[in-house]
Amino acid sequence: MLRGLVAAALAFVVAWVAYKASQDPRVAVVVGLNGLTLAGLYFVVASGFTLIFGLMRVVNMAHGSLYMLAGFFAFELQDRLSGGEATSAFGSSEAGVGDWVIPLVVASLAVGVIGLVTQQLFLRWNQGQELRQALITIAISVIIADQALAHFGGVAQELAPPSVFPESVDLHVYGLSYPFFRIFVLLAAIAVGLILWAVIKQTRYGMIVRAGVDDRHMVSALGINIQLVFAGAFFAGAFLAGLGGVLGGTMISVDKGNDTQYLLIALIVVIIGGMGSFGGAAVGALLLGLVDSLGDVYLPEGYTNYSVLLIFALLVLVLAVRPLGLFGRPA
Amino acid sequence: MTAERAIRLGPAAVVVLVLAFAPLIFSDFYLSAVITKALWLGIAAVSLIFLAGYVGMVSLGQVALYGIAGFTMANFVAADGGSEIALNPWVATFLGLAAAVALGFFLGAIASRSYGIYFLMITLAFSVLVYFFFAQVTQLSGFGGVNNVDLPSVVGNPLQQPARLFYIALAVSAVVYVGLRYITRTPLGLAFQGVRDDPARMRALGYNVPLLRAVAFALGALVAGLAGVLSVWWNTRISPGSISLSQTIDLLVIAVIGGLYRLEGAWVGAVVVTALDNWLRGLDVVGSRFNTVIGVIFLAIVLISPGGLMGIWGSLTTRLQSRFAPSEAAEEEREAVPLTEGTHPAGERPVVP
Repeated sequence: MLRGLVAAALAFVVAWVAYKASQDPRVAVVVGLNGLTLAGLYFVVASGFTLIFGLMRVVNMAHGSLYMLAGFFAFELQDRLSGGEATSAFGSSEAGVGDWVIPLVVASLAVGVIGLVTQQLFLRWNQGQELRQALITIAISVIIADQALAHFGGVAQELAPPSVFPESVDLHVYGLSYPFFRIFVLLAAIAVGLILWAVIKQTRYGMIVRAGVDDRHMVSALGINIQLVFAGAFFAGAFLAGLGGVLGGTMISVDKGNDTQYLLIALIVVIIGGMGSFGGAAVGALLLGLVDSLGDVYLPEGYTNYSVLLIFALLVLVLAVRPLGLFGRPA
Repeated sequence: MTAERAIRLGPAAVVVLVLAFAPLIFSDFYLSAVITKALWLGIAAVSLIFLAGYVGMVSLGQVALYGIAGFTMANFVAADGGSEIALNPWVATFLGLAAAVALGFFLGAIASRSYGIYFLMITLAFSVLVYFFFAQVTQLSGFGGVNNVDLPSVVGNPLQQPARLFYIALAVSAVVYVGLRYITRTPLGLAFQGVRDDPARMRALGYNVPLLRAVAFALGALVAGLAGVLSVWWNTRISPGSISLSQTIDLLVIAVIGGLYRLEGAWVGAVVVTALDNWLRGLDVVGSRFNTVIGVIFLAIVLISPGGLMGIWGSLTTRLQSRFAPSEAAEEEREAVPLTEGTHPAGERPVVP
């Protein structure tokens, strides 16, 4: 009965989108690509969140704060490196490759280190106390949000992509062209996914991580230094949040509200996909990205600002059928 | 009166006396900006403490539920912004509470099969979604919110007659506190605590565990809704900013400072936080970096005393009592101690090496 209702709702949504898309295929292509590229960004952010949660059972409430912090760090760095050329608000950006790549690497690493320090200082000796760890990361997110406001101000900033990147690419359908950097983000997300898959499935470190997700006490009893593995995973998770922050800061912008926004995105992607599952994170990111971009366009006229309800509906539908998320397993 | 009863009841009597004569003791500004605000924030926090301490559901969705009640109430009366409907403020208040309970039950039913940290994440996601909903939907609110809300005449003008709203908030707080304490002693309340301690065993005993959790969540939504309506009466407005993530965190700060297991801790935490807020904002040293200070205090409390101020108070009174009456003291302080693995915020879980 419940599954029938869910299936009927899904069929209606697909039919409605197909009908609207057939009316204006040009818009449909752009909206679909927007959804896909957004999903790429969401996946990068959420995969870090799910890595930390899956291994350590830590809900890192500061994940969105790390995302935002990396965006601001990278912007400041790019501003200094290019002498203000790349970040000027007017007209053409003159960012060399280094003016973008160095901030990307440095900001992500810096945020990774912040995550690592947080874990070592505050979380490590509270292992197993999930709520307490969540509260600790909430406190840290409060501090980061306030300090970011003090140092970077409340203005939305935009990183400039390297000027060797073309502005847009020709799609060869309906004579459409599409911003190149968004495609680049999608490719980067796929690369991140492939690297994660290769590390998790093919290397010794990945084997330890997978074993740790299932039974960390047993792993530790086998003589593996699980604390080292935890530290590495926390660094990697925070690093991914930072990578997302720089990509997002270039693709969209970085703003003071991003911490809440991307915490929500990471939460929803991971709740939908199932906690601790990378495949789930990919599917969750895809669903959320598509719902986000389709909802803004294909809701009936005058109701497009209700698109938040669609995300809520997505969450409710998934939880009604699978309380642990699409790919979730009981802990 | 024996010594240990005096230690236990003495402070309570002082609090009751101070509250009864609060409008004579405090200035109008302090009464409204600190005491009344702490009363309604305490009601919001007690809904969280009730769910966490007695049902084992740590919910971060209480701010969203009080926002639902507040926005529904504000939309159904004459106001600037929001919908055009203008009903009697009492009817609107009732509708606000009903909306919060209905949504609370629905969300409780959806999330009732998730436990511990999963439940916390789902309620947090819900809370942020409600914030974005009211921020985007200009027909109901938009970023400016709903202003100059029409209030029931008994409230008067909260700025000029702060004592009225103070006594209303005090009465509601008292009813909520006594009511929740009563419920925890009824068979339903005992079933809630059974669900908290061992859901599997409760299911084996024939209880409908998801239904019990949904009912508890709806009850928590009613309490949160009361706080939401009072907050609208106090502010005469409501905006998405008042139900943002930072408000959720403030509520959590209050609950944690007060201690997550004891109902009265909600109001203790609320008074401490609002008084601290009021005091810190006046200090030049802190300036506008108020939230950093709050964050550091919150972090320190979580790290040092998981039981919050009421936890410190509890161990203090237990120690005092044991000096006078060593035998009985130990049993007195154990009321709501959640034992569920994973939802346990205190540091007392055995550490696995």
